[in-house]
Amino acid sequence: MVDAGLVERLRGVLSPDRVRVGASELGLYRRDASSIEGAAGVVCFPTSTAEVAATVRLCHDARQPFVARGSGTGLAGGATPLDGAVVIVLTKMNRVLSVDADERVAWVEPGVLNLDLSRHCEAQGLHFAPDPSSQQSCSIGGNVANNSGGPHCLAEGVTSMHVLALEVVLPDGQVTMLGSLAAEDDGYDLRGAFVGSEGMFGIATRIAVRLTPNPPDVRTLLFDYDDVGAGAATVSAIIAAGIVPAALEMMDHACIQAVEAYVHAGFPLDAAAVLLVEVDGLPHGVADAAERIAAIGRAHGARTVRVAETAEERALIWKGRKTAFGAVARIKPNYYLHDTVVPRHRLVDVLAQVYEIAARHELIVLNVFHAGDGNLHPLLVFDKREPGVMDRVHAAGEEIVRASVAAGGVLSGEHGIGMEKRDFMPLMFGPADLDAQARLREAFDPAGLANPHKVLPTGSRCGDFSHAPEGAWI
Amino acid sequence: MDLTAFAAEVGTAGPVTIAGLATRGGPVPHVRVTRAPAGIESFLPDEMTVACGAGTSVAELQAVLAERGQFATLPEGGTVGGALAVGRAGLLRLGHGPVRDTVLQCHAVLADGAVVMAGGPTVKNVSGFDLCRVFVGARGTLGFFGAFILRTRPRPPARRWYSVPADPWTVRRALFRPSSVLWDGRLTWVCLEGHPSDLDEQAVAAGLAEVAGPPPLPVASRRVLEPAALRLLSPEADGEFVAEIGVGVVHAARATPAETPAVTPADRAGPVAAVTARLKQLFDPDGRMNPGREPRAAMPVATAPGAR
Repeated sequence: MVDAGLVERLRGVLSPDRVRVGASELGLYRRDASSIEGAAGVVCFPTSTAEVAATVRLCHDARQPFVARGSGTGLAGGATPLDGAVVIVLTKMNRVLSVDADERVAWVEPGVLNLDLSRHCEAQGLHFAPDPSSQQSCSIGGNVANNSGGPHCLAEGVTSMHVLALEVVLPDGQVTMLGSLAAEDDGYDLRGAFVGSEGMFGIATRIAVRLTPNPPDVRTLLFDYDDVGAGAATVSAIIAAGIVPAALEMMDHACIQAVEAYVHAGFPLDAAAVLLVEVDGLPHGVADAAERIAAIGRAHGARTVRVAETAEERALIWKGRKTAFGAVARIKPNYYLHDTVVPRHRLVDVLAQVYEIAARHELIVLNVFHAGDGNLHPLLVFDKREPGVMDRVHAAGEEIVRASVAAGGVLSGEHGIGMEKRDFMPLMFGPADLDAQARLREAFDPAGLANPHKVLPTGSRCGDFSHAPEGAWI
Repeated sequence: MDLTAFAAEVGTAGPVTIAGLATRGGPVPHVRVTRAPAGIESFLPDEMTVACGAGTSVAELQAVLAERGQFATLPEGGTVGGALAVGRAGLLRLGHGPVRDTVLQCHAVLADGAVVMAGGPTVKNVSGFDLCRVFVGARGTLGFFGAFILRTRPRPPARRWYSVPADPWTVRRALFRPSSVLWDGRLTWVCLEGHPSDLDEQAVAAGLAEVAGPPPLPVASRRVLEPAALRLLSPEADGEFVAEIGVGVVHAARATPAETPAVTPADRAGPVAAVTARLKQLFDPDGRMNPGREPRAAMPVATAPGAR
């Protein structure tokens, strides 16, 4: 727990009203959007780089672990404070500092919401490409910490490809710049290492992001199938034909039912799967790709090919995709969203295993996922008041992760490791691999105070000790 | 790919360097030389991934990928491992992105002889820290690349170069995502990729005339500026140059370029140097990997707007 002296010192460098120890704040900040609960010792709301640095410096001097937090939409427990850590909330640092439309670069503070940046740049015909489903509420600082993805990352790449430079407060409180606006740094790519480090390498306080020109033309197509396998075969065939669509998203039967009842996007209720394909760019290229994709879909058993005729229709189809997680509340009050990646050619096989695993654990499963990059998002739906159900949810989740890795996939495509998958890391990495990752962490944070006990399992490096917070299932 | 023999060759003690095709400076002189395995292990066009040894030549890799209409974002020449150890992009950097984004997974031999794997085999992956990033561009000072899984991309239906006697920033604004915009202070060159009809329309709209290819590049120096600083270049002050607009790379005929407008704030040199030194110490405490090679040289620095 945080000692009273540290709280007083924090109140000295921030203002007293921005250092909170009340039960309601501590309760609110004891977890992120995952089901993993920790314990916050004190919650700080800095408003500037200098305040973040002062806060971190006090923590460092007191050997006090701290956790940076954006909007708290993370699903892997990455922002869950353990053992009364100091929670440093960045949501008050939410200004877009500058936009250079000529060089297509924006400087933002970490609390800027993902979608707000794209809205901010709309008049200049630019947007921020990573678009997680939570983009209305997730912060860009959080995107940096998790190297977030989203449907349009198929063509545009994940957050790391859109971050040019970072002003960071290192875990000892020093402020520095990593990366640069110039294309190539000499020296180690510390910017690249920092992105996706889940708050364990320091806290980003200003972020230079690359902006992407809005495409002059967009075509959104919707295919529906009698069979999930036919949909997955369409995905592989599109990629094999040399087309990388802007997005390639799939929903299974159970998800279509939930979404349609919620959004009324016109998805066919009797379909086993729908495939949403979007192509964008210049008009001839878009028309040509859309035509070829439609032909590939028909050749692989699509019953109908619907092309969005208007911007409204396109928006409605996307609303159906992006609100899938909200729609499940109509089935059962709780859900557990998983996130693994498998090679595209194993999609059908792993999906079959997902259905089998869910059935065996007597759970409802919905699948809505980034088919283009093999990123599965099985959604286990349940009512947590049902006795013993959490054990079944966690057992099924572990089996899904194991099946994905066994198929040549990875633990996480966009949610990160956090607490949730920390102890699954050895499924993918050997002792030498984990030790190398631990060395990278040590180079940034020799004292191990920035968000400790996340990502790397116990024993990754000498001097580690076992740690499992109360309430965590690991 | 089995890296046991390569790891044994690197060993666990004494200075050691690595050779490829000597296109990017070659091995460190007077130091025991090793070579990474070569060859393409598997190419999965439907996954858009290719697995190869670090000693594979870029030309061989691209030829195999081209058979299935794909390519990997790597600069021409030398070996795949050399290109990634140096980490410099080719002329299509504006459209194709940096070489670091090509690496999905790498296997490297470290100073203690351990073979480590970083990254993952799929096109999307956030499992663990992004260790590949610090190896790319590290010039072999943290470990030697043994093998990779790389991301491939489809070749565009058409690629054409154009030139126009106009301001490059005005030209760039008139075009949709050109793959390259080059400027010598007077003329602008542009590379467009995509559907041929789109290229025709873009060229007409921006007044571009098709040419055979990019201009010859001055070779005496290659430095990197913030892209906005390229506006300050002039043939009168800087001599002959070709600048990569939107990227910041300047190819110049003067061996010692004019004053570089990069600045190094005092708060930068310290912490970055400290993290760099710790990283080197943790990965190669005896300094045996490519001794004398410097991962950190003079570099431009980003300045965040707003008061500190």
